[in-house]
Amino acid sequence: MTSLVQSVDWLTIAPPTLTAVVALVVLVADLFLPQERKQLLGWTAIGGLAAALALLLPLRSGDRETFCLTAATQVKACSYTADEFTLVIQFLVLAGALLTALLSMEATREKLPAGEFWFLLLSSAAGAALLPASRDLATLVVALEVASLPAFALVGLKRGDRMSGEAALKFFLSSVTATAVTLLGVSFVYAATGTLHLTEIAQSLDDVPGQLQTLAEAGVALTLVGFAFKTAAVPFHFWVPDTYVGAPLPVAAYLSVVGKAVGFTGLILVTVVAFPSYADVWGPALAALAALTMTAGNVAALRQSATRARSAVRLLAWSSVAQAGYLLVPIAAAAYSSDDQIGSTVAYALMYAVVNLGAFAVVALVARTHPEARISDFRGLYATSPGAALTLGFFLLNLAGLPPGIIGLFAKVTVFSAAVDAGLGWLAVIMGVNVVIALYYYLRWTALLFRAPEGAPEGAPAGTPVRHTAPAPITLAIALTAVAGVVLSGYPQFVLRFAATTLF
Amino acid sequence: MIDISESVMQFLLALIVAGPLLGAAAALLPAPPGLKGRSPDQAVLRHGVTVTGVILLAALVLALGFDHDHPSKMQATTDISWIRALDVRIHLGVDGISLPLLVLTALLTFLCALYSYFKMPSGPSPKAFVALLLVLESGTLATFAVLDLVLFFLAFEMVLVPMYFLIARWGGEGRQAAAWKFILYTLLGSVVMLLGLLLIGLKAGTFDMVALATDNGRGLTTSVQVIAVLAIGLGLAVKTPMWPLHSWLPDAHTAAPTVGSVLLAGVLLKMGTYGFVRIVLPIAPEGMATFAPYLAAFAVAGIIYGSLACLALVKPGNKGDLKRLIAYSSVGHMGFVLLGIATMTPTGVNGALFANIAHGLVTGLLFFLVGAVKDRYGTADLDTLAGATGAALYGRAPRLGALLAFAAVASLGLPGLAGFWGEMLALFGAFDPAEGLSRPAFLTFMAIGAFGTLLTAAYLLLVVRRVCMGGPRPAGETAIADVQGYEFAAWTPLVALTVLAGLWPAVLLGLTDPAVQQLLAGGPR
Repeated sequence: MTSLVQSVDWLTIAPPTLTAVVALVVLVADLFLPQERKQLLGWTAIGGLAAALALLLPLRSGDRETFCLTAATQVKACSYTADEFTLVIQFLVLAGALLTALLSMEATREKLPAGEFWFLLLSSAAGAALLPASRDLATLVVALEVASLPAFALVGLKRGDRMSGEAALKFFLSSVTATAVTLLGVSFVYAATGTLHLTEIAQSLDDVPGQLQTLAEAGVALTLVGFAFKTAAVPFHFWVPDTYVGAPLPVAAYLSVVGKAVGFTGLILVTVVAFPSYADVWGPALAALAALTMTAGNVAALRQSATRARSAVRLLAWSSVAQAGYLLVPIAAAAYSSDDQIGSTVAYALMYAVVNLGAFAVVALVARTHPEARISDFRGLYATSPGAALTLGFFLLNLAGLPPGIIGLFAKVTVFSAAVDAGLGWLAVIMGVNVVIALYYYLRWTALLFRAPEGAPEGAPAGTPVRHTAPAPITLAIALTAVAGVVLSGYPQFVLRFAATTLF
Repeated sequence: MIDISESVMQFLLALIVAGPLLGAAAALLPAPPGLKGRSPDQAVLRHGVTVTGVILLAALVLALGFDHDHPSKMQATTDISWIRALDVRIHLGVDGISLPLLVLTALLTFLCALYSYFKMPSGPSPKAFVALLLVLESGTLATFAVLDLVLFFLAFEMVLVPMYFLIARWGGEGRQAAAWKFILYTLLGSVVMLLGLLLIGLKAGTFDMVALATDNGRGLTTSVQVIAVLAIGLGLAVKTPMWPLHSWLPDAHTAAPTVGSVLLAGVLLKMGTYGFVRIVLPIAPEGMATFAPYLAAFAVAGIIYGSLACLALVKPGNKGDLKRLIAYSSVGHMGFVLLGIATMTPTGVNGALFANIAHGLVTGLLFFLVGAVKDRYGTADLDTLAGATGAALYGRAPRLGALLAFAAVASLGLPGLAGFWGEMLALFGAFDPAEGLSRPAFLTFMAIGAFGTLLTAAYLLLVVRRVCMGGPRPAGETAIADVQGYEFAAWTPLVALTVLAGLWPAVLLGLTDPAVQQLLAGGPR
């Protein structure tokens, strides 16, 4: 008889584990550190995230797995797999959290309680890093909750801010409802198939007994709902603008990148790995969802008035809804063609993470002098800080997908190509129209950066600009994202290679 | 003509494409010591002239080193893998079709930079202006030099943002709306085009234009070809522009600064027609054959529509804008180019390519001249200009008047000038279209097109009459300056080339004809 105790490969699970351990260290250390040395916590967190990133290196061959079933079954079933897909998403999540941490250094000094903030951020990042590696539904749901629960608290962390509390409550209630629905779906799937491991589910779903067919179908549909909520796909998107606007700015950046990564990773795992035999159910559903999401996001972003308070964040929030629509396109395409389309989503997500975090970083920089963060506050940014204006313009054009944002353009090309390859011509055309709509608001914002500042006549030389020294962590975050964007534009193969390979 | 080693030719072509980009980046940096000039503005404008001058020189040397005995062969080719995941290669090369367009682009951009050095359009700092102009040049040159479908799309998109800013920042009245119309229209077209390009690339398994053209559509089913041609054709037709997708053009031209108009008409529109010849004709011939009659029908509709619009604008009391009028005349002229392409015969396509170049020279010159008139009078409104009897440029600024009359006459297609051969060959191609196309239909199109030349002559002569002629001016009116030295410098090359192309069409046709023959028969080697 084989042992029931599963062997644990500690190196394989090191990246999420280390993140979680550092989270606990920070929480405990907070108790003993005097107020003036709280900044140390931030640097500890950043160091921890960097170390977790470094721990991905020894895994790069992408063939490790652990927590495997010891009983001899037909398929090898492991709960934790560090394949190429896992590693790329873990890299995205941890690097995204690292950049968020850099953005938060300033905020934790003044407004946010440092210890709690760093603990919550790291816990959420640990959950998000665990999620892409999970290969059974229980781990998946646990990882999803570990990633989400701290996020609710992060959103509500601005003490004494009513908007922040309301945003957190909205986020919490709608998210919990979605999770409950997912759990119901998971239990249905478990009832129909008798297993929680994704690969085994994929096998058993093929021959579900007739009377359980409806149960299995309902289970598949309900499981998807929870993940669709996390990606903020229509009709589960309504929480996004208020939550982003109410949340501290770095947290909004975190949600827009890492939160979204969590959602679509789970979606990919359940659709492509667990439910491939139900492709005819989720394929059309996801395609319709993608079309609706991008259209709703773009139309709403188009209608944002530039002078409203915090309109910059609101616009980025709606634009992130629209971008989620593009991210869904290759997943939907995977249902229609035998080719592996998931790589396009991964490549697009990497590009999106870099430029969206970059855009948020510049907004955070501008918000220091203009706390209202209106889009109209960005007018004439080029005159006062040319570097910030040029990088923001670059990031926005990347999001729009126009040169000089070459990586943005090519990421869109891979998504288009996935849709065309799968025969989803109608979706490609809808996406094309959406790209044009999106260009309008991205370019309008970009053009504003280079206008003469308010009051000064067009063409007149700018007066002596008021220099604000930018804090080093934010500058570092902007520089990192800008360099990444420029390097990727020159050599898109870095991220696009995922679009051409099988990741699992 | 002269023997230049292949590696030097490769370097020249790479320099032509990448040089302006480097120049644009350099323009944003402060001038190095020794090159500071009288003021930062002057230094950066001079930088623009230098860079475009070097690029023009490189293009001329490339043209000299080009093997004129084998214009159908791709020359100076570079082929490097860039993005393996998408199978995108940096594949550059020139043949008899792209070489004239490369030289034309380099020439027009240089003349524009030279013109702006002396007469900077009013607007924000010249630094950004020069940088944008150079990015624009790089994008257009790349469009004509790349041999990879995805790279073609990239180059096609590269011109959008610079042109948007050129119109929106340095333009005249209504520039914001015009700039938006320009970029949204063209982007919508090019996104649809991208879908067609991807369809071709995915179904045929390669994005390489040379390989695809050699296949001549054999690797693609008819239905794929039809869908691809519809999608690509729509994108190119917006850019060309083909009636009824032209409505962005008059606004963009009216609002754009002089050099913007010159480049828009002179080279940007050519990107659309070049795409038809380089991509649609050889890669998806069956799809093209399906749509050729419709394309021809829209083309002649454009010829008539453009001429009628011009006739309406030139009528006294209609407050016609001279720049707008020339923009509409472009719709008509591009109609001839599209008609030539739609015939799918060597004659027609050669005519189209010839008309392409001729339109670039003549309309470029016309926009320069009208810009000069607008600068002098402060308006391009025909009624204000002409007054009761006419603006009498012949009397008040005889050289300017004579040049305007020359350009107008060249534009209407007087034999002996550049405008004639292209339109004649396009109509001649329509007389005997390719096998499989309905001859009666094309004969009708030919007749309508020929009628269009009459209308074109009518409105251009009316323009000459209202602007150049006229009674004696009332006393006390301020005198206007005649052609200045820098204006002569910028315009003389265009005038000379217009005459040269008119008198000696073989210079161009000798280059394009072998390449076109090869393209229609199965791609360049």
